[in-house]
Amino acid sequence: MNNLDEHRPGVVATALTKSYGPVEAVRGIDLVIAPGETVAILGPNGAGKTTTLDMVLGLTRPDRGRVTVFGVPPASAVRSGWVGGMLQTGTPLDRLTVRELVTLMASYYPRPLSVDDVLRTAGCADLARRFTNRLSGGQVQRVRFAAALVGDPDLLVLDEPTAGIDVEGRHDFWDAMRGFAAHGKTVVFATHYLEEADAFADRVVLMARGRIVADGPATEIKARVGARTIRATLPGVDVARLGALPGVMHAERHGEAITLTCSDADLALGSLHATFSGLRDIEVRGSSLEEAFLELTAEQRSGADREQSIAMEIAR
Amino acid sequence: MINVTHLRYEVLRIFRTRLFLGLTIGLPLVLFYAVTSANMNHHVDGISFPLYFMTAMAAYGAMYAVVTPGGRTAADRACGWTRQLRITPLQARTALLSKLVAAYLLALPTLIVVGAAGASLGVRLSASAWAETCGLLLVGLAPLAVMGIVLGYLMKVEVAPLAIGGPIVLLALLGGLFGPLFHGGMMLTIVKLLPSYWLAQAGKVALGGSGWPVEAWLVVAAWTAAMAALAVVAYRRDTQRV
Repeated sequence: MNNLDEHRPGVVATALTKSYGPVEAVRGIDLVIAPGETVAILGPNGAGKTTTLDMVLGLTRPDRGRVTVFGVPPASAVRSGWVGGMLQTGTPLDRLTVRELVTLMASYYPRPLSVDDVLRTAGCADLARRFTNRLSGGQVQRVRFAAALVGDPDLLVLDEPTAGIDVEGRHDFWDAMRGFAAHGKTVVFATHYLEEADAFADRVVLMARGRIVADGPATEIKARVGARTIRATLPGVDVARLGALPGVMHAERHGEAITLTCSDADLALGSLHATFSGLRDIEVRGSSLEEAFLELTAEQRSGADREQSIAMEIAR
Repeated sequence: MINVTHLRYEVLRIFRTRLFLGLTIGLPLVLFYAVTSANMNHHVDGISFPLYFMTAMAAYGAMYAVVTPGGRTAADRACGWTRQLRITPLQARTALLSKLVAAYLLALPTLIVVGAAGASLGVRLSASAWAETCGLLLVGLAPLAVMGIVLGYLMKVEVAPLAIGGPIVLLALLGGLFGPLFHGGMMLTIVKLLPSYWLAQAGKVALGGSGWPVEAWLVVAAWTAAMAALAVVAYRRDTQRV
């Protein structure tokens, strides 16, 4: 770390608030990110993810509240070369080759990494001599990633780094990212892709309409919603008896097919076996992060249009 | 203070544009040969036409050259580069200073090429007169270099060619870079308030004396100061918009 006290907090945001005219983009956020943590900021469009990250980077001044990066204001952290970022909008500077662009970025930082190493890490080695306007969408993101990486920042902020990349490209991107995070760096990334947050982050901060609606490990967020569903075939059973089983919140029967919504699926399954014989075709489904996401943001949403937009994001 | 890598790529990116070379070297060179060869024996304000037009065309091309790095800021804003730079340790003042240094580096090839063209058509000056003419051109270009930065922060990238080309052609025309328009009266008094008028007069050093009257230095200084003030306003407006 560049002269950083290891015990200092990474990112600390207190009561962070920002409006654009009548639109309250961020409505009072408290967030502490420890050094070395990888945190996903997850949420639909308009949740306030980008505004939050812009305030962390010092690009946007909060209306109220404050944010510090490694104990100092964002602008000081940026000036010290502790911060690297990949902004949501932007295409790489044109009329430069990939190597030239990364070399240029390296020149701004006090202790940059080797350009060749970074190009390799980011999967851009074969693109080094290509001009930046001759790249595919996935290649552009990898090059922008290399540019954000080359200064060897302690905090890396990525605003939807895989937006517009195909599945394979996303896979490559996160492979490259993993190598960087393994070195004890702090990484904060915003994403729409729930599976990315689930697979890559230590911790997921769920945002909706300018507020944090959940914050914890991906597993904990799933647990907060908690429900698992047991489906099975069980002829001639009384629904009321099913509903009374320990761990079951709600039971339904359609012909021979039963569906149990459980607060504790393990307990419910055990008592189901103990109580009934003739149980067949058992299927236990855990709620995915998508379901957690829908559930937790449900109270924050208003109107069917928003619901539809979320459904579309998830479909992507 | 100056980041050499940043400056190098700033200049290199502009040299990689064919239009830039066309406007700053090709166009003035073609105009110089075409117009001068038809007016070899004329005189303008007491100096030979080749000398006058050499100075004018060098100034015209150099005006495009010095305005370009600043003007490019419009494109840098559009692609998100200025925001990207704001999250690197590069200081804003270093970036702006680089634009000005780049402006002058980009003007040098024009001065050299058009100067050589002048020599090829018989312009003869002493070494000190060459140096003095070039020096006055460089000083007179300062407000244009800063104007580039102003335009770069104010205009949208789609209108950049017009927003840069328009003022340059207008300044060049009124200032007499395509040949003097006014020989006295009210209009001459007015165009003497333009820095481009004094660029066109830089060849007068050949007549002896100090080249520029005090008035010229005041006009250039006033324009530079005004442009610098506008640049500060334009820069603030851009970075504080959210």
